[in-house]
Amino acid sequence: MSSLQTLDITQRSATTTPSPQVRTAGVEVAKLIDVSKCIGCKACQVACSEWNDIRDVVGTNVGVYDNPADLSADSWTVMRFTEYEDKEQNHLEWLIRKDGCMHCADPGCLKACPSPGAIVQYSNGIVDFVEEHCIGCGSCVTGCPFNVPRISKKDNKAYKCTLCSDRVSVGLEPACVKTCPTGAITFGSKEDMLEHAAERVVDLKERGYQGAGVYDPAGVGGTHVMYVLKHADKPEIYAGLPANPAISPLVGLWKGAFKPLALLAMGVSALAGFFHYVKMGPNDADADEEKSDSTAAHQEQK
Amino acid sequence: MNIPNQIPRYSDNERLNHWLTAICFMLAALSGLSLFHPSLFWLTNLFGGGPWTRILHPFIGLVMALVFAGMVLRFWQHNKLQDNDRQWMKQWRDAISNREDRLPEVGRYNAGQKMIFWLMVVCIATLLVTGILFWRPWFADAFPIVVVRIATLLHAVTASIIVLGAIVHIYAAIWVKGSLGGMLGGTVSEKWARKHHPAWLREITGK
Amino acid sequence: MTNHWVDIKNADVVLIMGGNAAEAHPCGFKWVTEAKAHNKAKLVVVDPRFTRSAAMADFYAPIRVGTDIAFLGGVINYLLSNDKIQKEYVKNYTNAAFLISDDYACADGLFSGYNPDKRNYDNTSWGYQKDKDGFAKIDETLENPRCVYQIIKQHYSRYTPEMVNKICGTPKDAFVKVCEYIATTSVPDRVMTIMYALGWTQHSQGTQMIRTGAMLQLLLGNMGLPGGGMNALRGHSNIQGLTDLGLLSNLLPGYMSLPGEKESNYEDYIKARALKPLRPNQMSYWQNYPKFHVSFMKAWWGNAATKENNWAFDYLPKLDKGYDVLQAFELMSQGKINGYICQGFNPLASFPNKAKIGGALAKLKFLVIIDPLATETSEFWKNFGVYNDVDPAKCQTEVFRLPSTCFAEEDGSLTNSGRWLQWHWKGAEPPGEARGDPEIIAGIFTRIRAMYAKDGGKFPDPIVNLTWPYKIPSSPSPEELAMEYNGKALADVTSPPDPKNPKEPPKVLAAAGQQLAGFAQLRDDGSTSCGCWIYSGAWTAAGNQMARRDNSDPFGVGQTLNWAWAWPANRRILYNRAAADPSGKSWNPRRKYITWNGKSWGGADVPDIRPDAAPEEGVNPFIMTAEGVAKLFVPAGLVDGPLPEHYEPFESPVPTNLMSPNNPKAFANPAARVFKGDMEAFGKPKDFPYAATTYRLTEHFHYWTKHSELNAISQPQQFVEIGEDLAAEKGIAHGSKVKVKSNRGEITTVAVVTKRLKALDCNGTKVHTVGIPIHWGFKGVAQKGYLANTLTPFVGDANTQTPEFKAFIVNIEKA
Repeated sequence: MSSLQTLDITQRSATTTPSPQVRTAGVEVAKLIDVSKCIGCKACQVACSEWNDIRDVVGTNVGVYDNPADLSADSWTVMRFTEYEDKEQNHLEWLIRKDGCMHCADPGCLKACPSPGAIVQYSNGIVDFVEEHCIGCGSCVTGCPFNVPRISKKDNKAYKCTLCSDRVSVGLEPACVKTCPTGAITFGSKEDMLEHAAERVVDLKERGYQGAGVYDPAGVGGTHVMYVLKHADKPEIYAGLPANPAISPLVGLWKGAFKPLALLAMGVSALAGFFHYVKMGPNDADADEEKSDSTAAHQEQK
Repeated sequence: MNIPNQIPRYSDNERLNHWLTAICFMLAALSGLSLFHPSLFWLTNLFGGGPWTRILHPFIGLVMALVFAGMVLRFWQHNKLQDNDRQWMKQWRDAISNREDRLPEVGRYNAGQKMIFWLMVVCIATLLVTGILFWRPWFADAFPIVVVRIATLLHAVTASIIVLGAIVHIYAAIWVKGSLGGMLGGTVSEKWARKHHPAWLREITGK
Repeated sequence: MTNHWVDIKNADVVLIMGGNAAEAHPCGFKWVTEAKAHNKAKLVVVDPRFTRSAAMADFYAPIRVGTDIAFLGGVINYLLSNDKIQKEYVKNYTNAAFLISDDYACADGLFSGYNPDKRNYDNTSWGYQKDKDGFAKIDETLENPRCVYQIIKQHYSRYTPEMVNKICGTPKDAFVKVCEYIATTSVPDRVMTIMYALGWTQHSQGTQMIRTGAMLQLLLGNMGLPGGGMNALRGHSNIQGLTDLGLLSNLLPGYMSLPGEKESNYEDYIKARALKPLRPNQMSYWQNYPKFHVSFMKAWWGNAATKENNWAFDYLPKLDKGYDVLQAFELMSQGKINGYICQGFNPLASFPNKAKIGGALAKLKFLVIIDPLATETSEFWKNFGVYNDVDPAKCQTEVFRLPSTCFAEEDGSLTNSGRWLQWHWKGAEPPGEARGDPEIIAGIFTRIRAMYAKDGGKFPDPIVNLTWPYKIPSSPSPEELAMEYNGKALADVTSPPDPKNPKEPPKVLAAAGQQLAGFAQLRDDGSTSCGCWIYSGAWTAAGNQMARRDNSDPFGVGQTLNWAWAWPANRRILYNRAAADPSGKSWNPRRKYITWNGKSWGGADVPDIRPDAAPEEGVNPFIMTAEGVAKLFVPAGLVDGPLPEHYEPFESPVPTNLMSPNNPKAFANPAARVFKGDMEAFGKPKDFPYAATTYRLTEHFHYWTKHSELNAISQPQQFVEIGEDLAAEKGIAHGSKVKVKSNRGEITTVAVVTKRLKALDCNGTKVHTVGIPIHWGFKGVAQKGYLANTLTPFVGDANTQTPEFKAFIVNIEKA
């Protein structure tokens, strides 16, 4: 939920005019999740629930450690556990990824949202849902390349991680960062985080993870939540983290070129009708008949 | 004059059905358009705001599809394409240039009207199916996201087409005087019928 | 911990074995990630399960439950046969050179002096050879076949990689790889830390498992160094404080011990504890036992403890046997204990063989529960369907529930695993009628005292004479209690006469009534009182040292000496004199810790040696032992042998102990206590073919957090873990219901089928492991579940009686 002032908004859903731009943009922030340091303790899940006052239901065990089993309107971040076995090297890895909103630079949710101001992006890069303006249509779900937003069953509003925009706006780190016991989650300027991530990648490569790297996918303009992965060359093994996420071309077409063209076509066809009428006049059978009737009568009289 | 001046063209039920469909269409179109492009979002005010628009639109659409189905049952036989329809289509310039005398003889509906009819059938069926696929909160979660995305795009495209079709339909009704009266009062003048649908006139009057 | 949490960041290799720090100690595990990120440390995890710790490891090796001594013995053999030990250290700082009695022997899994009828040892043959002055003989060349080094070498020569593979099921190459990682720290400038927890403690040979780890660390020269040590990760907030304050049935505060029934004479009691040095010039610090003991007796009984009555020695009970929890419940079952005050403890859930525990509780006349939560124990009598299928009408026990505060609702100090006493302040007022534990106990005590004062009794003195100096007798404050355990001067405490200047009048170190500065000021003449000598220094005349919050780290090695206060004497690493070589120079020039500067010892920590003991004096670092050095071989003090030897768990999936295949007496720990009837309650592999182990998950804390909604959300329902091949054999589907049975009971729950548990090949026996997390029960907001201890066996470690929760056998089938 937004708590920043409007001057800090750089993008606003369903708004075709630019946001205020006079103030110089603030520093872009980023949360860096170092998956190689994450022990899957779920403290971040709990901190998120605590800070945001959300409580999911007490579920059941479905045969895995993942609980809650998925993101929901009441769970804005969840751990995803994957047992990954490299059969060739007889090497098992238990990959644990904290899932949640990636805060894309080019957010598919914001692009897809039809309600003006229901989704905003702040100058620091955080993408935030303003539930006040949310109409519950689910277009954000359709637009998201990471399958993150969830519509609440209670109020039909869309929810997701806010990157604790309320905390960040007053100079605090997000709740998950604050609580992470191993320092697997860090927060700061995107520049600093990339630098820190680069150091971590060097360490991981020294430990033999040649595929180590930073996950900051260009397809969505980069993200403000990034991962350090041991296997950045195959992110899919981390519970289906997309290798090349981008706003779906279907969504791009839908929300991009198509709509103005369609509107234009509607306008043009209405105008065409109008000018047709002006040029051709009404197609009035009675008027024609009168004309032809009188002609006929005239002929009969003849 | 040994034929009546006013010829019944639409029964009470047919007119009721048409106008129900038309009203639903207008509501669905306005609510749809309000979410279609930001410049039209103000239209949500007609429906009590964004959330209400989101709630109402699919129900309106559903009602529209149902009543339209009634129309299809009533009218589909009249809209079967025939050989001379092709000829009519070839001469569409004559049609819009008010040179109906040059066109092949038209029955109850001309080829243009038939095209609109079938366009509506296809579009409304598509809108119904695609709309259900991403209808929140009821059904969307049950389908894979790619299906939802295709459905969403298809819904928008189809909606645009049907709106264009509706513009043509409405304009034709305005342009061709007497048509609107036919759908409002149920009868058309013999002259109207002779000019626009001579074969139909002959069929029902024997002339 | 000999070291402390922050210090783990100084390690070059971290071995997590017998513990699962990432899950059970996630906050402390932070320092492992620091060591990896900033010290290029390698993390090695050895565990029956591929845990979340293993997920973080550079190398993981599987092991069959309960075979850690075989594994570690194998590592010792590897180090000795590949000459990968820190020779200088071993020679100077351990008893490797000490000569052992010619009578000592170990054959067929049994040490000399075994009495099979009593299942115990007479340890006289395990002693040192002594010279005419009573000092132990040594051979500095380490070549004498009776020296500890040679005995160990011979003892562990049987623990070959092949044997390790056969017993533990660990693939040979994985075992050797672990050895190689460990061996890298045998050089003086590399250190390994060992992090262990209940995965070592909760075995019938748990003490010896830990000792094997300690031997490893001594051979590698990793004790007393930053980044090294034997680090026990304590499993409850303040369980360290509990043992420090002597809440075990055979202990007094500060690891002093209660007299046995044969020690009714005060002098004998003291003599057996105030150990004389076994080598010249050694500190043998327990020589000060009388000072600690007398000061303690003064703290408890004040003026009633006098020199004349041997400081009220008769007030102390004389133990005829141990009264640990297993013993207590055994006595309850026999009807010999019929009242029970249960404070902050949930034995129905936490102790083995739930049926036996519940049956024992049902024989009580009264049960008092002091707890912030409505525990399973407090409702043991109530029927909760399949989860607690009892008939309340058949239970006569009267249960009193006294709601207490939880840690966040009270002030006080908590002692962490690193021995830091950290003062904390309450964050909220307690709800409802809850009262602090001191207030509840004081309420009970003052009433009992009044009854004894009025009615008398067989021996009312210890109760009516107990010192009770608190401002509000019914509610002692945490501050008063803390000042009491720190100790104060009852009369002026003066400095001992200066040998160089005997005429100078003694200085007053602490005036009468003043708080003491530390245990060095304790006296055995009744002039000081101190509730817990190792805590002396926590609340001095300068105030509450535990409340200090300066986190500056001037030496950059994670030593924040002004943050809180650590026992003993604010020392952060025990035996830290060993961080320097015999000449007083740092083993590792890049990481100096405690060194000799020519006049005194100093550095980043409080030196663990007399500050002016010049290296030439030869005062050795292990000041608490009579030897002055660390004991690779333990002549006295352990009931089950001077050296760790592999024994099978009492319930084992394999038919023989391969270390002593022909001696059924040495199958399981021959000196472990087994009560009548419990031996019969052990299952046999033909009925229960699978190894089982119980453990915690990171989402929960023991049986508490199932009462907390957020914890319940993050791990809502009981489950067991099995490997994919066992699941395939048994046709058990992922997430389906299964029934797990032991010879004590059965539970029905959900199966988590995982790649993280693999079948092990143990000398031809294919051993599958069933993992059983413990956290569920029939109270709380999580989904109801069975108490995991429905399944576990009623036997404990031979020395500590800690129950064998980590290794037993079960059967599993589709439910």
